[in-house]
Amino acid sequence: MLFEIQKVSYSRAGKLVLRDLDARLPVGASSVVGPSGSGKSTLLRLLNRLADPDSGRVVYEGKDVCERDPLELRREVSLVPQLPALIEGTVHDNVAYGPRLAGHSFDARSCLELAGLDPAFEDRDAAKLSVGEQQRVMLARALALEPRVLLLDEPTSALDQAARDAVEATLLGLRARTSISTVVVTHDMEQARRLADYVVRVEGGTVTAQGATEEVLSEEIEPAIATAEDAT
Amino acid sequence: MIVAASSIHVTIGEVAAALALVAIAAIASRAWHADLEEDIGIAVVRSLIQLTAIGYVITLIFDQDSAALVLALITVMVVFGAFTARHRAKQVPNAFWPLLIALAVAAAATLGLVIALGIFPATPRYLVPVGGMVIGNSMTAAAVALNRLGEDVHEQSRKIEATLALGATSSQAVTPLVQRSLRSGMITLVDSTKTTGLIFFPGTMVGMLLAGADPTDAVRLQLILLYVLLGAVSISALVAITFARRNFFTPAHQLREPPES
Repeated sequence: MLFEIQKVSYSRAGKLVLRDLDARLPVGASSVVGPSGSGKSTLLRLLNRLADPDSGRVVYEGKDVCERDPLELRREVSLVPQLPALIEGTVHDNVAYGPRLAGHSFDARSCLELAGLDPAFEDRDAAKLSVGEQQRVMLARALALEPRVLLLDEPTSALDQAARDAVEATLLGLRARTSISTVVVTHDMEQARRLADYVVRVEGGTVTAQGATEEVLSEEIEPAIATAEDAT
Repeated sequence: MIVAASSIHVTIGEVAAALALVAIAAIASRAWHADLEEDIGIAVVRSLIQLTAIGYVITLIFDQDSAALVLALITVMVVFGAFTARHRAKQVPNAFWPLLIALAVAAAATLGLVIALGIFPATPRYLVPVGGMVIGNSMTAAAVALNRLGEDVHEQSRKIEATLALGATSSQAVTPLVQRSLRSGMITLVDSTKTTGLIFFPGTMVGMLLAGADPTDAVRLQLILLYVLLGAVSISALVAITFARRNFFTPAHQLREPPES
């Protein structure tokens, strides 16, 4: 198992966001689905220690993430946020940022190509790209860290349908060409169906179902969805 | 350096006569409904009480000629300065300690340097007024710098967290903001230094001229103070930012107030 989330609770500004949440995420392509405000993005941030739970624990490959160095963990388990948040400078500056901090080499052009961007974008001003292009630069700079896991928070929520289809195609291509595991947070059940083999459904800060995508998201068998407790 | 200025005597009557100008301010406020009459009154009374009190304190310190008393007065000014400045940096968690350290370092470094370089003798007559100017200007610079830092960290929390997600330390994640905060803290004094003598006459120079000093001496002393203050505000802003920026993060390089999901 890639991640095991055990009895995790997390509060923010006095409000309980995650409540005794139990979930498992296997190696491969997973998705966390749920409505806005359900706590799914918060859950994602716990996986690479951008936040720590108030109680419970998050286990990554058999070891509590709190026992790992947060900086090394974030290079290995890389998160692409929901909205583009690029540093000032060129596309190359952005792709180079993470590897330079880590002190390892990188190939900006191949990262851009893997993220579905023309390598000719390398010298362009990142601030002048479209939102869809910026989102791909965010993906490229995460890939430049050579992560083992990619966490993607609503990667297409700010995009139009054409850009969304292109990003989804990129993620599917990534899955075919690399061994990187992905965890995609989305409110869109259909997107989860397209991108993931395993789904965790979150509502009101707790898991309501989890398992193979076709089982959890199949309307026919929805009444029989295993509860979080049953699944764990 | 010793600047010889002839002493002048100012009577209570002359001070009272100056209140005529305050009356103009109050009348203007009332006529234009600026609603500042009460504040003007409070300002006049507080300035009278505070300056009279500090006048007695300074007289005592000058008479005693005691380094310990000078140190005590400067310490009190540093502590009160930090208390005052923290209210202007509300978005910075635990801003008091970074401000206290910043004011203490700025005061110690600049006063130590002007004594070591032989610019001023280490006597209460120089250390008290120069210390007051240094701490006052340092307080403003540090407060402005931290206020800007707090606003920027709040506004750019998404970008900061995205940088942390790439394996950046908390210091690396806020580095782009430090430059702007430092600039905000220093720009007022830098700009006023640029225009000094053209658009306005700074207070020290005016005071010396009124006291009958030679204009050349007044100008030179003013230049020294401006240069000392430039050094002080840069130290103060930089130290305050350096210590305050870590307060936004946990030891695990996480934002204490993460962006809304």
